[in-house]
Formats: sequence, C-alpha cells, structure tokens
Amino acid sequence: MRRRILLIHAHPMPHRSRVNRHLVTSAESIAGVTVRHLYELYPDYMIDVEAEQKLLLDHDIIVLQHPFFWYSAPALVKEWLDLVLQYGWAYGEGGTALQGKSLLQAVTTGGAAEVYCSAGRNRHPVREFLLPFEQTARLCGMTYLDPFVVHGTGQLQTEADLAPHSQAYCTLLSNLASGIDLPPSP
Amino acid sequence: MSDPGFFQSALVYLTAAVISVPIAKRLGLGSVLGYLAAGVGIGPHVLGLVGGSSSSSEVMHIAESGVVVMLFLIGLELKISALWRMRGTLLGLGGSQMLACGIILGVGVWLLGIELKSALLIGFILALSSTAIALQTLREKSLHATAGGRHAFATLLFQDIAVIPLLAILPLLASTSASATNDIHSASHLSGAMQGLAICAAIASVVLAGRWLLPFLFSYIANAGLREIFTATALLLVLAIGGLMSLVGLSPALGAFVAGVVLASSPYRHELEGDLEPFKGLLLGLFFISVGASMDLQLILKDPLGITLLLAGFVLIKGSVLAALGKLFQFAPGATPLYTLSMFQGGEFAFVLFSQATSLGILTLDQSARFNAIVALSMALTPLALLAGRNWLKPPADANTTPDREADAIEHSSPVILAGFGRYGNYVGRLLRSQGFRPVVLETDAEHVELTRRLGFEVHYGDATRLDILHAAGAQQAKLLVIAISDEETIDLLVATARRHFPHLEIVTRATGMDHRLRLIQQGVHHVFHELAGSALDAGTQTLRLLGVPAYPAERAARKFRRWDVESARDLAPIRLQDESAYFAIVRERVANLESLFRSDPTHEGSTDAKAWQPPSSPKTPPSQS
Repeated sequence: MRRRILLIHAHPMPHRSRVNRHLVTSAESIAGVTVRHLYELYPDYMIDVEAEQKLLLDHDIIVLQHPFFWYSAPALVKEWLDLVLQYGWAYGEGGTALQGKSLLQAVTTGGAAEVYCSAGRNRHPVREFLLPFEQTARLCGMTYLDPFVVHGTGQLQTEADLAPHSQAYCTLLSNLASGIDLPPSP
Repeated sequence: MSDPGFFQSALVYLTAAVISVPIAKRLGLGSVLGYLAAGVGIGPHVLGLVGGSSSSSEVMHIAESGVVVMLFLIGLELKISALWRMRGTLLGLGGSQMLACGIILGVGVWLLGIELKSALLIGFILALSSTAIALQTLREKSLHATAGGRHAFATLLFQDIAVIPLLAILPLLASTSASATNDIHSASHLSGAMQGLAICAAIASVVLAGRWLLPFLFSYIANAGLREIFTATALLLVLAIGGLMSLVGLSPALGAFVAGVVLASSPYRHELEGDLEPFKGLLLGLFFISVGASMDLQLILKDPLGITLLLAGFVLIKGSVLAALGKLFQFAPGATPLYTLSMFQGGEFAFVLFSQATSLGILTLDQSARFNAIVALSMALTPLALLAGRNWLKPPADANTTPDREADAIEHSSPVILAGFGRYGNYVGRLLRSQGFRPVVLETDAEHVELTRRLGFEVHYGDATRLDILHAAGAQQAKLLVIAISDEETIDLLVATARRHFPHLEIVTRATGMDHRLRLIQQGVHHVFHELAGSALDAGTQTLRLLGVPAYPAERAARKFRRWDVESARDLAPIRLQDESAYFAIVRERVANLESLFRSDPTHEGSTDAKAWQPPSSPKTPPSQS
C-alpha cells in the first residue's frame, strides 16, 4: 500500500541553507511526496488554515523538515502548529482528523552529535529538545517516528559530504511511502 | 421685488428674530420662545410693524411650509423598518391620546355651554399638540432620542394623521350651507369614497416616485454639478408634495413625512438634509413669529381673568390626561414628565381648523378668537414649562446606561465617516465592512454612488467638505474621519474643515504625493498614507521574488522599506518647509544609506554581518547555515 507523504519544509532563507536545501531537493524527486516550502508560501505569516488542513487530510505521513534554531524550529513552524492544529479538528472533542497518521521530524543542526548528550555542551540529546513536537503529535493521535537528524552541518561542504545524508533521507522517505514502517519512537 | 413692502417686512421679521432669539437662547428660554416674543413685539398690538390679520396670515402660510420641511426631514431620518417597529406606540399611544384628550376636553367645553357636537370638535382640535414646538424644543435640548421624546414623536405623528378625519368632519358639522372656499380643503366637494381614493392615489404616487423616479432625478441633477439647483430641486420636491397632499385634503406635513421616509434609504439623504436644514430653521422661525404676531392681545387684555381660567383649565386637563397615559402605558422612569411637558400645548393645526370652523359657521368669531388665543398662549408656555421642569426631567442615571435601540434607528450614526468611495475609498470601506463596521460613506460622483449602491453598499451622495453635510453624516458623534478623496486641494479643505469644527475627530487620510504627505504631517494629521505606497511596494516585492530573492527576505525588505519611508516622512516633515537645501541634503543622505541599511537585515542575501541563526560551534565559518 502506497502512502502519501506531506513534506513541510521551513527555512526562512533557503539561499543561506546548504544541507537543508540539499535534503529537500533530493526528496522532491520521490514519487508520492508533496513538498511545501512554508516560508515561500507564507512570507507574511498569513497561513491558509483551510488549505493546510485539507493537505493534511490527503496525506498519511507528515514530515516537518527544518533547521534546528534555538533548540527548536523556525518561528513560522510554530505559527503553523498554532493555527492549523485546531481544537475540535486535530485534538479535543471531535478532533480526530490526524488520528492514525505519522509525524516525522527531519532536523539539521550546526552542532556535532557529540555536543548533544548529557555530557556535551548542549546537555541533552536532540530527541529531548524535540519533546514538545512529540507530545503535540501524541495529543493529535499521531505516531511520532524516530526523528531524522543531520549533525554538524558546518563540516558538510562538498557534494560528497552531503550525498550520504540525502541518500539516507531518500531511502527513509521511500520506505515510508511504500508502507515499510519504521519503528515508532521509543 | 421692486415692492418696498417686501423689503420692509423682511427687514422687520429678520431684525426681530436677530434681536430676540439670541437673547432668549442666552437666557436659557430656547429659540421657540424667542421667536414667539419677537412675533408679539412686532405684532399689531405692540409695535404694529406687521399689519393686520390679512398680511400676517399670508406670512403664516409661507411659514407653515416650515412645518412641512421639518416633517420631511424627520421622515428622512426614519427608515420604513424603524417606522414599522414603532407601529404599536403610534396606534396605541397616539390613538389613546387623541380619544382621551378629545373626549375629556370636549366635555369640558360642553360644560362651558357650547353645543355638544361643536364642543367635541373643539375638544379634538385642542387634543392636537404642536409638532413644531414640541420637536424643536426637544431637539434643542437633545431630548428627542430619550424614551419620553420618542413617545412624544409617535403621538405627534398620529395627530398629523388624525387631522385628516377632523378636516373631513368639519363640513358635515356645518349647520348652514356655507360655501367652503378654503384652499386647504379643496377636495371636500368629493364624496368620501372618492376622497379616500384620491388620498390613496396621492400617497401611492409619492411612494412610487420616491422609489424609482426621484433617485434618477437626483442623480441627473447632481451630475449637472450645480449645488443651488440641487437645493432648488429639494425644495421644489417638498413643496410639490405638500401641494399635492393639500389638494386631496391630506395634511401637507404628513405627505412630506411619507416622502421623507421613502427617501430615507436613498443615497441623497444626507445631501437633502444638509440642503434643507437652514430652510427648515428659517421657515419654522417665521412660523413661530407669525404665531406670536397673531396673538390677540386685546382680547387677552379685555378679559384677562376669563382667558387665564380657560388656559389653566385647558393646560391642567390636557396635562393630566397625558400624565395618566404615561402611567397607563408604563413609560420608562422620567419619560412621563417629559411627555407631558412637551405635549400639553395646542397645535398649529388648531389655527387652521378653528378658522375653517368659523367660516363654516360652526363657531362664532369670538369663540374661535378665544380658543386661538389659548392655543397660542399654551404654545408660549411650553418652553417655559420645560425650563421650569428641567430638574424633574433629568433622566435617572441608570436610564442613561441602558442601550437605546430605537434611538439608534432614528440617528443611524457610525463611529467612522468615510469621505470618498472611489478606487481608493472602496478598499477602505470593504475592509471595514468585512469586520462589521458600517461607515457613513460620502461620495460626490453621482454615477459612482449608483453603481456602488447596486453592489450593496450604503453610500450617500454628498460633498464631505461641506459643514452641513458633515453634520448630517454625524461628525459630532463620530470618532474617525477617513479621507479617501483623490484631489489634493479637496483633501486639504476637508482636513481644515474637520479640524476647525470637529477637533475631536481623528483623521486618517490619503496623501497624493511626498510633498503633500509632508505638509499633512506638518499640520499635525497623525495618520497620513501615501496613496501609491501600498501598491508600489507590492509590485516591488513581486519583482524581487521574480529576480530570485526568496519570499521571506523579499517580504521583510518591503516591510522594512515601508517603515523606513514612514520614518523618513516623519523626520523630514518639519524641515521641508523651513529649509529646502537642508531638506534635499538629508534626502540624498538617506537614500545613500538605504542599501547599507537593508544589507544589515538578518535575512539579506548579501548580508556580511548577519548574526541571526548562526550555529554557535562555527562562528568563523562564512554565512553557511544548515
């Protein structure tokens, strides 16, 4: 069974992004993946809630892809969550629109993997910083999949540096699309 | 015009009014009493400046059209829906008032020894109150929108309708077959059914014309661009309706009222109001003066006791009945005294009806003179009574806070006046409407008015730079004035007018260019918007995106530019007029700094010192975000 993937990409300045852009460009070629560039669609933050909700209904897997700004997502992602995931639609009484769908987060960080642990400079693994997103998915009855994280983007300069990451990303998305389940996040 | 008599009379009337009305106003007596006093002063019994009854009745005739114009203007402020809402009060209260006052006063007159039929007629005539005096006094004291004022208005309206059967009954009561040669009632020779038919036809023609013919006529006249012809048309309309109505035996005032109600939803409402308002004031003044002049002082002086007793009896009986009605109909607190004090006097139709009854032989000359004197004296008492009872009339504090729904319908005021509904104003108007605000829209292009109305907008034909139009649009109560006019001089004129006469209004205005904008800011207008900035920056943003700039940086650039532009205007405004060379030097400097200013934005592509979103681990790496 083919599953449809909605990839919501949020980067305020794609021209200053390298890894994120590389990932999203390679994902665009996968069949069954709908890519939405949030900052291109809503540079004025005027999110079209109805259109976004309709897209969510039409897809089985939602991917939030964004750089890791201040241990979280760029501001427009928060605005998107605030407006689109409405009471009575996504959660709360009668809010079952997203039930049974899956959420995957794809995050790129400047810091290396080593700094994201209890002994490292950031004192927590990335997973822990993403807790609000995970709980959001749970409240909406979605399965929160193990996030896809690319660390140390500063070191990834050449095409050769980038290719393994985008390949892994594409494989992951293709598997999801063809119904091969990832283990849900522990 | 070469008749010196005309100038002489005009001189006398105007001088009397100019002297006595401001004095009366200053003494707190109100303009009505001032006019009445002026009339008594110039009348045949004091100074004798205006002649006997023949010439003053002629003046009276002209002056009565003041009442007609007033009822037309009242109709204009009252939509059919609002009239329908007050049907209960109109029929219930109005009908009860006429019946109760008529019968009780009639019995009182009968006890004086007048034959029962005539006594009842006199009773009903005395039951009428003065629309002119009651409404003028209520408006002057801003009491017309209170509960008591509204009850009074409904009753007065019913009385105006009741005049019709009274006029119709007169000939039937005439014992002698005196030939009724009165112009007001020229349809009296028709049979009842025929007259009924004529009345229906007349009202129907007024309604139909008001709906379909008049808007077309007004748009045609307005397009001619001649203000005085528009005024002339308005006057012609009111007088023609008055004439038509008296031809079929209807009260001209009532006919004008109907026409007003029909035109209340027309876009020309405010323009008509503004044009006719001064005529109404002057003609009503003339009317009150002639009432004063026609007071038979000799009669009063001959039998002061008799007249006083009669007057006291009349006032007490009518006042008690009115107060009892207030109790019976359970008026809001404070409404009953106002209702009683504003309505206890006799009405202007009494003069007409008494003179006809006399000519038909129903009343003797002496009787009609006495009753005329009583009516006139009771009119003069009204402002005094309202003055004496003013503490009593203060509405209780809680009555003020309860929302006055019906008053809204009469007043229709909005917190926003939108001047201009062209290409610019319709954007502002539609945005306001989308959020539930209904601005009073004023537009001078008659064709545009029609079109916009067809699209479902409430637009009024009217030149917003005219003080009377601004008044009619409710500038006194409004909070905001939005100027969406395209012509620079007109904008300046409107700004000046609004700031002088309505300093409480906050002004949001369109500016035609940079210089105009600076001038308006310099004048202290706070919300000044360059008319093209919005659209031009949208086009610029789109161009940036087509050039490959990502959407968000392009959006930020446009917003930043807009903010910079507003700040520049604010900073430059004080310099512009003072020192031209300094102004241009600063403009050059600001433009030169523009690029570096924008380069510093965190989203700028070529930003060399952008510090947002840099990963902490790689401070040295060039701007290469994840």
